[in-house]
Amino acid sequence: MAATDESTIISTLSLKSTETKQPLTPGQLVWRRFRRHRMAMLGGIGIILLVLFIVIGSIVVPESRANNTDLRSRLAAPTSTHWFGTDSVGRDVFNRVIYGGQISLFIGIFAVVLEVTLGTLIGGFAAYYGGWVDAILMRFTEAMLAIPSLFLLIVLAKFIGQNVGQVTILGRTFSGSIGIVILVIGVTSWMFLARIVRANVLSLKELDYISASKALGANNRHVFFSHLVPNTLGPIIVAATLGLASAILTEAYVSFLGLGVQSPTSTWGNMMQSAQSFLEQGAWWMWVFPSFFIIFTILCINLLGDGLRDALDPRSSKHL
Amino acid sequence: MTINSAIQPNDLIQVKGLKKYFPVRAGVMQRVVAHVQAVDDVSFSIKKGETLGMVGESGCGKTTVGRTMLRLIEPTEGSVVYDGRDVFKLKSGDLKAIRRDLQIIFQDPYASLDPRVPIGESVMEGLSIHRVGTRQERVEIMLETLKRVGLEDYHARRYPHEFSGGQRQRIGIARALALRPKFIVCDEPVSALDVSIQSQVLNILKDLQKEFGLTYLFIAHNLSVVEHISDRVAVMYLGKMAELADRDELYRDPKHPYTQALMSAIPVPDPKLKRSRLILKGDVPSPLHPPSGCRFHPRCPIAEKICAEQEPEFIEKKPGHWVACWMAK
Repeated sequence: MAATDESTIISTLSLKSTETKQPLTPGQLVWRRFRRHRMAMLGGIGIILLVLFIVIGSIVVPESRANNTDLRSRLAAPTSTHWFGTDSVGRDVFNRVIYGGQISLFIGIFAVVLEVTLGTLIGGFAAYYGGWVDAILMRFTEAMLAIPSLFLLIVLAKFIGQNVGQVTILGRTFSGSIGIVILVIGVTSWMFLARIVRANVLSLKELDYISASKALGANNRHVFFSHLVPNTLGPIIVAATLGLASAILTEAYVSFLGLGVQSPTSTWGNMMQSAQSFLEQGAWWMWVFPSFFIIFTILCINLLGDGLRDALDPRSSKHL
Repeated sequence: MTINSAIQPNDLIQVKGLKKYFPVRAGVMQRVVAHVQAVDDVSFSIKKGETLGMVGESGCGKTTVGRTMLRLIEPTEGSVVYDGRDVFKLKSGDLKAIRRDLQIIFQDPYASLDPRVPIGESVMEGLSIHRVGTRQERVEIMLETLKRVGLEDYHARRYPHEFSGGQRQRIGIARALALRPKFIVCDEPVSALDVSIQSQVLNILKDLQKEFGLTYLFIAHNLSVVEHISDRVAVMYLGKMAELADRDELYRDPKHPYTQALMSAIPVPDPKLKRSRLILKGDVPSPLHPPSGCRFHPRCPIAEKICAEQEPEFIEKKPGHWVACWMAK
């Protein structure tokens, strides 16, 4: 009797000890480091709140209300019906901030997807194949870097961005200029990422697990996508996060110059652009709200990016 | 190139006149200004089920020989014949197929496993690449292989950073073994391990050899380790073969002065024993500008005029005992 009791105790004990000793995966380690980074958590929470605001907002407010003009209440200051006031043609600024945020984030995310794809492939191939492939791709990258990207951006936006029609996706009509802006931001921003990826892959490809994979019979595609890209993911994620902030800012900039997304589709940038003519008339609500959202978004994303950089760097023990 | 080199036609794997020159580039145009002669005309063959030990100091090209044989480094010249086919001439499809038979174990247990992949997946990688069986069957082979190297089922889901150096080295062995190869290049597999762990890994290698009829090329710079595991031993110096003989023969009667110097450097576990040490003068010359004639002559205690002028051939002084030295008897 006593013996069985003891053995059950021992078995439960050993069960417990294996449970608590269950080691952490690399992902869990990253999460633990990230959690202890206070500013990054703040940034992350800010982003979540922002996304919730935009998603819930666009469910509650139909898009037609954001584009609805009401000439009787032009340039109205914030009231209980128009929380953020109205713009020069009587559209509700609060509703437009919601839909503008949607478009700004949409543009930012897809521009970053394009940036990451181009940067990873170009930087990765250059490093992996080396030799003349490397030389050509890197000279091309340097050439792209040498062109002032804002200049390129404005030229591209002006040439191809002005004469595109409307696009209908999922029953909603967008100005086709959204696609152009994504393309333009994407192709002018991948260069730094390409260099980061190249530097990483250059050091990774000499490691023995790459040779082991080749010795097992892996082809280049397998080596590249199963070993090299996953092991470069840390820097890529950090660059993508920070790239998202700069893409949103660039979109605002281009739209502010009137070369980006065209009305009636709203973005934070073109809302500010339409506000600039009414500065003297004291319509502060027209620019204060979109610019607040831009600043808040950029700040949160940058904080998040900083935290991710520390969390994904296995050598940083600062926040462990 | 020596025709009558130490190759037996019936051996499992035959290396003939292997050369690997690494180009040295300089200037804006990256022109090739010189070559590092890492491996220069090396020939040998390995019998089925045999372990050929390969020793030599750092930078003598022994690792390059192992990696070039598996075409992890493209050769400059020569051939490696396995199963009647020249590995260096195979197109990618055939090369992939032959890789199932030819595997490698690495020196650095930390760099040889992908830190983001659970070790079970690493061990299964080759099976997946060659589409062996169903996923379920692959998992079974993987677990079976892990057991062979002394690891448990539950280890499969863990990541490399959770293992010790010795355990990682066994994972590396399991990865090579999963495809049930015939020939494994062991590239200094125990050099990075504690002495107590070294014998453990060596014994696993020996057991596996018996069980699966494996053939090893065992690269090392530790003569005691090589003596423990090898059937025959090859000594390399500066990209060339210096001596090749049966283990006992080589350790009893080293003919090349370089081998003799190496042997006299083996520590003897008896402090009272007086030994005559053969200490070499100078450093290993650069393989960029190897010495004329016999590459060992500037450091050789018994060198004569001919050694600086003509390169000695690799010849059979006794049955099975090959030496490249003008002075060897």
